[in-house]
Amino acid sequence: MRNLFAFAAGGFFGAGLFISGMTDTTKVQGWLDVFGAWDPTLAFVMGGAMIPMAIAWLITRRRTSAVLGTAFPPTPSRKIDRKLVIGSLMFGVGWGLAGLCPGPSIAALSYGGVGLYVFVAAMITGMAIAPFVRTRLEKIVPAE
Amino acid sequence: MQVDWIWGLAGGLLIGIGGAVYLLFNGRIMGASGIIGGLVDGSGLDTKWERLSFLVGVFLLPIVLYPLYREVNPHITDNLLILVAAGLFVGVGTRLANGCTSGHGVCGMSRLSLRGFVATACYILAGGIGVLIFRHLFGVI
Repeated sequence: MRNLFAFAAGGFFGAGLFISGMTDTTKVQGWLDVFGAWDPTLAFVMGGAMIPMAIAWLITRRRTSAVLGTAFPPTPSRKIDRKLVIGSLMFGVGWGLAGLCPGPSIAALSYGGVGLYVFVAAMITGMAIAPFVRTRLEKIVPAE
Repeated sequence: MQVDWIWGLAGGLLIGIGGAVYLLFNGRIMGASGIIGGLVDGSGLDTKWERLSFLVGVFLLPIVLYPLYREVNPHITDNLLILVAAGLFVGVGTRLANGCTSGHGVCGMSRLSLRGFVATACYILAGGIGVLIFRHLFGVI
């Protein structure tokens, strides 16, 4: 049952990425290209996605657990640490360079061609080495 | 070109519905980098089937919708160096930050999470500067 709903959620996510145009790297780079031909589409996607999501967060306040029994995620931490900032800056550079982030890279896998396989392989490699980078970062900056 | 924002909004709503289903039924935050990353570094292997089911859904629905469109072109660069560098940055960065556009952006900001807003500001800033430098200065993307 969990898998069925996870599949459904993934289906909505994949369909949404597809029809919104977010698997087109030119639209993502167009959003980031403030000094060129700026494309506002991404803002509509982000705004549109936050509407059902905000309602869902409100519903979680009225329930003790998810429909399938799991506890809801805990209240988010307010800790702004170097990992969050450095990680997000790194992610942003990669996102701008290729116009791809993790979700759309999976959604476009069936039609993105060889270039996308290269990107996804590199992304998976990056995710595999991330724990080592994290350890190094904590060693350099022990103050956290 | 004029109707792009309507499709963006419609697609966005679908993305949000996906996140709502994942939260309300499975009790989890829909973050693509976390779902993939947990499988890659082994931290999420106890929920591997749930994660894989989600990813199959993400992969499969565009295949179903694909025939309805006359032309779909993701315009992925053929510069392998850029693709490898970008992939590594996205992989390491999202795992360090514990989230990407879906987790910190869609799910985080919609619950007014401070970390979500800070992360989103950082990756949009870095992405914007990246495009400025690599497109307008070096002309490589």
